[in-house]
Amino acid sequence: MPRSYKELREVIENKDRGLREKVMSLTEAIHLIQDGDHVAAGGCHYSRTPMAAIWELIRQKKKDLVYSRSISSTEGDLLLVAEATKHVITSWFSPGVTWGVSRAMRHYIQEKLAIYEEWSHMSLGLRYRAGAMGIPFIPTRVMLGSDLFPRLPELKEMECPYTGEKLALVPALNPNVAILHTQRCDPYGNVQSEGLPFMDQDIAGASDKVIITTERIISNDQVRRSPDRTSIPFFQVDAVVEVPYGCLPHECYGYYEPDFSHMDYYVKLMMGKGPEGVKEYLDQYVYAPESWTDYLEMLKFGDILRATTDGRSVYND
Amino acid sequence: MEEVFTMTKNSYNTAELVAIMSARLLEDGKIIFGGAGMPLISCVLAQKMHAPRLTILFEGGVIGPHIEPGKLPPSTNEQRAARRGNMHLSITDVLLLQQRGYVDYGFLGGAQIDQYGNLNSSFIGDADNPKVRLPGTGGANDIASLASKILVAMHHEKRRFVEKVDFITTPGYLQGGDSREKAGLTAGGIYRVITHLGLFDFHPTTRRMRLEALHPGAQVEEVQENTGFEMLIPDEIGHTDPPTEEELRILRELDPDQRYTRAKDE
Repeated sequence: MPRSYKELREVIENKDRGLREKVMSLTEAIHLIQDGDHVAAGGCHYSRTPMAAIWELIRQKKKDLVYSRSISSTEGDLLLVAEATKHVITSWFSPGVTWGVSRAMRHYIQEKLAIYEEWSHMSLGLRYRAGAMGIPFIPTRVMLGSDLFPRLPELKEMECPYTGEKLALVPALNPNVAILHTQRCDPYGNVQSEGLPFMDQDIAGASDKVIITTERIISNDQVRRSPDRTSIPFFQVDAVVEVPYGCLPHECYGYYEPDFSHMDYYVKLMMGKGPEGVKEYLDQYVYAPESWTDYLEMLKFGDILRATTDGRSVYND
Repeated sequence: MEEVFTMTKNSYNTAELVAIMSARLLEDGKIIFGGAGMPLISCVLAQKMHAPRLTILFEGGVIGPHIEPGKLPPSTNEQRAARRGNMHLSITDVLLLQQRGYVDYGFLGGAQIDQYGNLNSSFIGDADNPKVRLPGTGGANDIASLASKILVAMHHEKRRFVEKVDFITTPGYLQGGDSREKAGLTAGGIYRVITHLGLFDFHPTTRRMRLEALHPGAQVEEVQENTGFEMLIPDEIGHTDPPTEEELRILRELDPDQRYTRAKDE
């Protein structure tokens, strides 16, 4: 059952919403996530994925999470195989069109080891938006007539009281914790993202707690110089962690493209050996390194350099 | 299912043929919502040829990008797909532009299509016990529910052109007739299907798929043999012109590594 409006409001009302510093370590920030929580990740597909946060929550052996994301890529495989989640809410789930259908995802879903709850991309976005707006649902004109509809008991149909039209009602989604990666954030949690905003703003507004990992921590003065660039206000944020290259091997707009050679390496391992390949990957790249910096050192510098050069090229004319 | 295309006896492969025939349908000055893969490359090709004012929208949240040749994105939700756009906006808001009626064309690929233009990208086999769990809808359901005219590009094979899709992820004309409108989908509908054999439209009342034109070298029998339902064959059938040198040159500049336009046997 979804939580009542009163319950959802109380969480927000009881938060310390004052202007205060929230900078902490990745380990401390991920301690905010409890087993069983609904964790929503920002970014989309292999772009602005909060990979460091996901990497750390796997290392902290979080269990029974509900995981939602607009589109899930390789990070979804890692969460399934690490058994951090058995319930994924998304609209599309595989590394990327040129890499084929995830064999890890197929194994977990086809063997009924996990649930993939499929919503259309826009309806999932409207669910977060309704959550952020503090309303129980949003009417829309998608999902109607499809076979997705009867598989989603929470999705309802109604006759519009004004026009008599048939509409789909998508219910609000209010995650317990949002994990979002950004390019710039101040110590209080004012987020200034660049490039595609994806669903981050609505996810932040819908969630009880928000963890921000950022390429750079900037000063509050810098934020106040361009407040029009702020997409998430400080009082929605609970933790700020500086994690340069925090999306790798995925991309961060204007900073780096995906590390395509590492993506190819991962996909080959995962498609070749299925979940066993992902387990090998987890052992080597998630459990073994002592820190995120140690993990980065395992990637090839030449590949990161190329990803960085290409990433910055968005600002070339 | 990954996209599979084969070499033809011509100087181009079937993937290149589909990309070029699709691009030709896209009119200058229109607004198109493009899916990943073949739709993306066809939109970019049209922009480089006859439709420089074609405005592309991608579900990642970008309005009017100009993709760099040789740097085609493996997703429509990332920075290569956002190159030189006029605006970046949230996924939800870019998709909502279609609900308001701003988008002329939606352009999709698909694993499986049926005689009413319904698409499946969720399950092969029974949804409760699938043989293959496919990636899912992404924005396809939204695009096909809301854009004014839907284009679908696919490889023409019997296992992909089926009487009834295993699962309607993305609505075409549902069960035909006026069933789409009755379900609440009062706008849009499937406009054209583009395959390596020809162009297909839909009968105005029954909403069944109908052959409109054959590509160079393709025969009516070949269409029937590769279709798992009874394709409507009108008395008059059009014929498309073969890909030109220029079309092939631009296409190959866009995708020099043939990540999107690779032939099956290569």
